[in-house]
Amino acid sequence: MSAVIAEHDDHHEHDDHAHGPEKGILRWIITTNHKDIGTLYLFFALAMFFVGGIMAMIIRAELFEPGMQFVQPQFFNSMTTMHALVMVFGAVMPAFVGLANWMIPMMIGAPDMALPRMNNMSFWVLVAGVLMLASTLFMEGGAPAGGWTLYPPLVLQTGKALPFAIFSVHLLGISSIMGAINIIATIFNMRAPGMTLMKMPLFVWTWLITAFLLIAVMPVFAGAVTMLLTDRFFGTSFFDAAGGGDPVLYQHIFWFFGHPEVYIMILPTFGVASTIIPVFARKPLFGYSSMVYATASIAFLSFIVWAHHMFTVGMPVAGELYFMYATMLIAIPTGVKVFNWTATMWKGAMTFETPMLFSIAFVVLFTIGGFTGLMMSIAPSDFQYHDTYFIVAHFHYTLVPASVFILMAAGYYWLPKWTGHMYNEKIGQLHFWLSTVSVNILFFPQHFLGLAGMPRRIPDYAVQFADWNMISSIGGFIFGASQLLFLYIVIDTIRGGTGEKVSDEVWEDAHKHGLEWTLPSPPPYHSFTTPPTIIPTEHI
Amino acid sequence: MSSSQTYYIPHKATWPVMATGGLAMLLAGFANYLNGSSIGSTLMILGFAIFIVMLAGWFTLQSTESEAGMYSHQVGISYRMGMMWFIFSEVMFFAVFFGTLWYTRNLSVPWLGGEGVGAATKEFLWPNFEATWPTNGPGKLVNGLPTADGEFEKMSAWGLPFLNTLILLSSGVTCTWAHHGLLANHRDQLIKGLIATVALGFLFVAFQAIEYHEAYTEMGLTLGSGIYGSTFFMLTGFHGFHVCVGAIILSVVLFRSSKGHFKPENHFAFEAAAWYWHFVDVVWLGLFIFVYIM
Repeated sequence: MSAVIAEHDDHHEHDDHAHGPEKGILRWIITTNHKDIGTLYLFFALAMFFVGGIMAMIIRAELFEPGMQFVQPQFFNSMTTMHALVMVFGAVMPAFVGLANWMIPMMIGAPDMALPRMNNMSFWVLVAGVLMLASTLFMEGGAPAGGWTLYPPLVLQTGKALPFAIFSVHLLGISSIMGAINIIATIFNMRAPGMTLMKMPLFVWTWLITAFLLIAVMPVFAGAVTMLLTDRFFGTSFFDAAGGGDPVLYQHIFWFFGHPEVYIMILPTFGVASTIIPVFARKPLFGYSSMVYATASIAFLSFIVWAHHMFTVGMPVAGELYFMYATMLIAIPTGVKVFNWTATMWKGAMTFETPMLFSIAFVVLFTIGGFTGLMMSIAPSDFQYHDTYFIVAHFHYTLVPASVFILMAAGYYWLPKWTGHMYNEKIGQLHFWLSTVSVNILFFPQHFLGLAGMPRRIPDYAVQFADWNMISSIGGFIFGASQLLFLYIVIDTIRGGTGEKVSDEVWEDAHKHGLEWTLPSPPPYHSFTTPPTIIPTEHI
Repeated sequence: MSSSQTYYIPHKATWPVMATGGLAMLLAGFANYLNGSSIGSTLMILGFAIFIVMLAGWFTLQSTESEAGMYSHQVGISYRMGMMWFIFSEVMFFAVFFGTLWYTRNLSVPWLGGEGVGAATKEFLWPNFEATWPTNGPGKLVNGLPTADGEFEKMSAWGLPFLNTLILLSSGVTCTWAHHGLLANHRDQLIKGLIATVALGFLFVAFQAIEYHEAYTEMGLTLGSGIYGSTFFMLTGFHGFHVCVGAIILSVVLFRSSKGHFKPENHFAFEAAAWYWHFVDVVWLGLFIFVYIM
């Protein structure tokens, strides 16, 4: 298997600058380069992170005090719906695809992704999908306001926005499937000689499994929303009991997609954490193979636990029990991972640069989110928590101080490699401490609100919830503002950062932990034009 | 540039952006059309036209590169993996509608008829509804009694559908026969086999169209015929669409074969088209059993 590189453009012109990028804006539009496309994904995700963030700020501003302050209830519900859709499909997922594009070829010793033209298309289809979704904000009847799950019959009352929202889901699905196919083909077909499956960095492993999940469930979501479309416009009765259908059927199909979907956002998170922690603990990752098997187990379990999102819907008791016990099983492989990260740090010569700080915060705060998940897996208890702020607190703990924090960590960890410049450590640490303190002020009180009975997705609430909501909103505003520091650091680092010239391996002994650190910083336009020699890495 | 030693990385791809533009325009047009906007259908046609031009351009580019020997064995593996995983995503797409059929027949319709957790629903909402299959649901009951409104006939398995089963199965055979011709370098057999396959594919679609016409005009069976009509037309409709796509792909392969493309040792496009065709075939067998016979 040789990976020496050949280059051509689409029109077979003889151009001598084939080894460098195109000049000007066209470089980005017609690029097939994994680093260019990775950069596009990452910037797009960062932009959408702020768009979704503004929506979150509107939500927290309205909830600052009881009573109606700033927005109409319909618009408020559009905000909760759009915030979720933009953050899931516009920010977190594309950010991880961006990391995959940048890092996987470098980590496995490949020249580029396996299917470069499709790589370009998957990015632009994503942009088209998100733009179509965003356009619904300006339509008659407003953006979808029935929650990101798009449950019928409520969502069928959406105005002109409904078909646009549905087609945007189709576009996002097409984009994700193409991206996932590309990642799988790259990992299976483009590894350098000697890079056996069990020598792959965990980030590559977790993405391989995530890509499989994406191909398996994105078509399921596409099918579900297609049925919404025909129910609304073509007279079918899939989700209408009067015609013999069942609205609960939609929930089953949605969560058959939706549960693997939440793991699509968390598995690459695990992969990045498993990459960063060993470097700063100066120890090999503890339990490499158990990490691989735990990831695969979590992915398998994600397909058979979906109805724990619908305990209160009126399922037969046998269903409630099955989904309760199956869900609890997930705690086992997840526990394996948390213990492995902890054991990796145990007696390590640890240093606490920004990426490590974010990673440690991830281990601690994700565990809190995991434990509240375990609480909700108990069906009779979930009757109390269902559709309250407890749920909101739970999944935000697994998404914000977990996925988003790890994305930040990845940014700090790899920015010096990508740009060749060092970021400002002081501002990085300030960003970390502000984010970590404020994210807990933001989400921890929501546990109390939920247990006290405050329902989610409402613009106004009873006065007994006022104090914790105000505290939560204050945390939210600080958290939102703190993220501007990250934006500053990214721009500053690209423009030269501290001015310090970074070495190839950037972090002490990082070359022991991954092939990407054997390349120059910044790496050449094509990562490995000849296959690298795979040295035995420490995690074996 | 000697191809067998290198992994081909194309540069400056213009077709993907055009594909995105065409696709987005097609869908935005369709959404506008559904909302009753007058520009909808124009946008749709324009988007579709762009998409078709893009497909022709992209396919031409790929086949030119392939014939120029730019794809190494390793590139070929990437393409094959891409096609396999794409077909897997299609399997999951059809699984949704088969799952819907299973769920409604075995769970939600019996619940509406008062089984298990549905006892109260039946008692208070539709006490006279009998859970049978096919059904168009309890919504058409008037004063608790069935009416002629929305009555329809169940589609029989042993007329056109059975004929269509034979047609698709034979097309699988002719496709494989064509493949054997290609492997043995018998160009004539390859082309004859492909012509037969494409013809059988379009014959299937024609029969399907006749069946739909009968359903709508004579049997009262429409998309609005409750859950039976919904699942019937959704499953067979998406399958028919996939047969069309498969037959078009095979037509492209036929065209390329007639121009002398493909070698016994390297013919990814043929393989991909054949895999897709067999996939469509298997889906039909599932449909024939679960939608028509059972």
